[in-house]
Amino acid sequence: MIPGIGTLTQDTLWCFSQVKGTIEIGVTEADIISTVEFNHTGELLATGDKGGRVVIFQREQESKNQVHRRGEYNVYSTFQSHEPEFDYLKSLEIEEKINKIRWLPQQNAAYFLLSTNDKTVKLWKVSERDKRPEGYNLKDEEGRLRDPATITTLRVPVLRPMDLMVEATPRRVFANAHTYHINSISVNSDYETYMSADDLRINLWNFEITNQSFNIVDIKPANMEELTEVITAAEFHPHHCNSFVYSSSKGTIRLCDMRASALCDRHSKFFEEPEDPSNRSFFSEIISSISDVKFSHSGRYIMTRDYLTVKVWDLNMENRPIETYQVHDYLRSKLCSLYENDCIFDKFECVWNGSDSVIMTGSYNNFFRMFDRNTKRDVTLEASRENSKPRAILKPRKVCVGGKRRKDEISVDSLDFSKKILHTAWHPSENIIAVAATNNLYIFQDKVN
Amino acid sequence: MLSKGLKRKREEEQEKETLAVDTWWLDPSLPAVAQAPPPATSSSLFDLSVLKLHHSLRQSEPDLRHLVLVVNTLRRVQASMAPEPTLPPMPSPSAAPCVADSLLASSDAALSASMASLLEDLSHIEGLSQAPQPLVDEGLPGRPAGGSPPSLGALDLLGPATGCLLDDELEGLFEDIDTSMYDSELWAPASEALKPGPEDGPGKEEALELDEAELDYLLDVLVGTQALERPPGPGR
Repeated sequence: MIPGIGTLTQDTLWCFSQVKGTIEIGVTEADIISTVEFNHTGELLATGDKGGRVVIFQREQESKNQVHRRGEYNVYSTFQSHEPEFDYLKSLEIEEKINKIRWLPQQNAAYFLLSTNDKTVKLWKVSERDKRPEGYNLKDEEGRLRDPATITTLRVPVLRPMDLMVEATPRRVFANAHTYHINSISVNSDYETYMSADDLRINLWNFEITNQSFNIVDIKPANMEELTEVITAAEFHPHHCNSFVYSSSKGTIRLCDMRASALCDRHSKFFEEPEDPSNRSFFSEIISSISDVKFSHSGRYIMTRDYLTVKVWDLNMENRPIETYQVHDYLRSKLCSLYENDCIFDKFECVWNGSDSVIMTGSYNNFFRMFDRNTKRDVTLEASRENSKPRAILKPRKVCVGGKRRKDEISVDSLDFSKKILHTAWHPSENIIAVAATNNLYIFQDKVN
Repeated sequence: MLSKGLKRKREEEQEKETLAVDTWWLDPSLPAVAQAPPPATSSSLFDLSVLKLHHSLRQSEPDLRHLVLVVNTLRRVQASMAPEPTLPPMPSPSAAPCVADSLLASSDAALSASMASLLEDLSHIEGLSQAPQPLVDEGLPGRPAGGSPPSLGALDLLGPATGCLLDDELEGLFEDIDTSMYDSELWAPASEALKPGPEDGPGKEEALELDEAELDYLLDVLVGTQALERPPGPGR
């Protein structure tokens, strides 16, 4: 197997690499991870949590001494991105939970990322400092001002090395542009603009301008009584800076071209799969609601996640997806119970691997699934502390639907629905994945021979 | 303030009652959802959906996606229960007995009305909160009214907010606010004087003085009723 190419053949074995987070029985709500994202080189891995914190891990340089162990991720920077706010007009609290993090491509020594909660997007600069100036004339070594009368000579301050310090500073705050909850942010390929989407509107921003944004999609009806559909996710095309897609709660995807008009209320393309009459139920619409939409790296396909499936669409074919993968079809007969306990509203994300040949998404019981688009093979793996020995190979899991349960299989009724894998990330070029399981972050790598 | 206390108490009781009902429906710690699946009949699904809708609407800021999906499901269930093509607001009389009967009895008939009015409330409140607020920022050239000093904050809410956010919608958002008192002669020249240029030098103190006088007047007007009917208060 050629390293770097993500092909899920029978030879690909996933191994445990690291786990971050505490092992306590009771989970502190603030520690629940709400978003995971690699940067464009895969050198950095960022997580956001419900407490408004961002933790960035950096991959250590691979050493020649430990060839069998690929670079590990260690904490690089931790900062409080968002604080809880109070909206006095509506008399309600705005959660500090980080909904999404998106990296900007690196253009100089510093790293930039966007982080957002329900209402406000922030641009953070993460930079290193390993030198500091010494020998000021007007300040002494402790920073106290010196009496100018005591200064008899002048000297030039020099830069001296210091312990490496990583500092994160908020460079821009993009606020007051969203009435509803922000669900997505996406950096444009022009690297000058980005968009933020809430339930009913999508706004386009310029990174340099924080007091203005352009509204490019607005699906709010004149009469709120007529509201039947909301925006669930949005993303820019990876190469065409004029194109973007957004998905809806009715299972539709719209591709829009910003060159056509300022307000992109008319889509260029409309993707929707006709309903399967044999699978119709009261819950058809809820399970068709798209929770995530992602362009392939090539820009030729889009992948959508709804409650039970992952679908791959060709941009040139609007009437149905080209591929449909069942994530956990055994839940189809349990929809009423899942509606009852609100699990049916869980929003799972999905990701492509670097070569667009394998897709991954999460499920319940800390299971996550991978689908190889070429071989049509799929595998179910589990993120758990039991499989946490260094370089331990993950054993494929299987859910028993009915009849005789084999050893090592787990029955549907024994699944833990409180353990959901909603957020995952795949390294841009290597077989390294990050899986968020409540308050723990698991990092898995494929076995290096 | 006594009445406020009473009101709060009643709400708390209602909340407790609702919570007691909600707990076993929405208990997230249920390890296996299929342990005791309720019969998926239309009527039980209807009851469940109404409960969810009420729970959702009672949130200070309902999750719009959740709300819309529940409402749509409720409509589907209603449609399946009703024999005629037009949807009657009441469910069939033979609806399965439900723990939350008392809640339903008061809510069924006005379900669509209450949901509609609550969604309308959302949109009205949204209109007010959309008024742009001045930001502390890296000194970038602002939009037309970007240069107004913070002391104009209250007035910004009431006048047509200049600025970028959804300009074409702002007219409609403020439709329900009675602006007749602000259309008076007394108001117009003052508001003009209060719009300063980008440089806030010598004119600022003067503008501030005007601000306070106008704010006082404004507060008086707001506290009173439609000024025409009430006798003028002391000092005016």
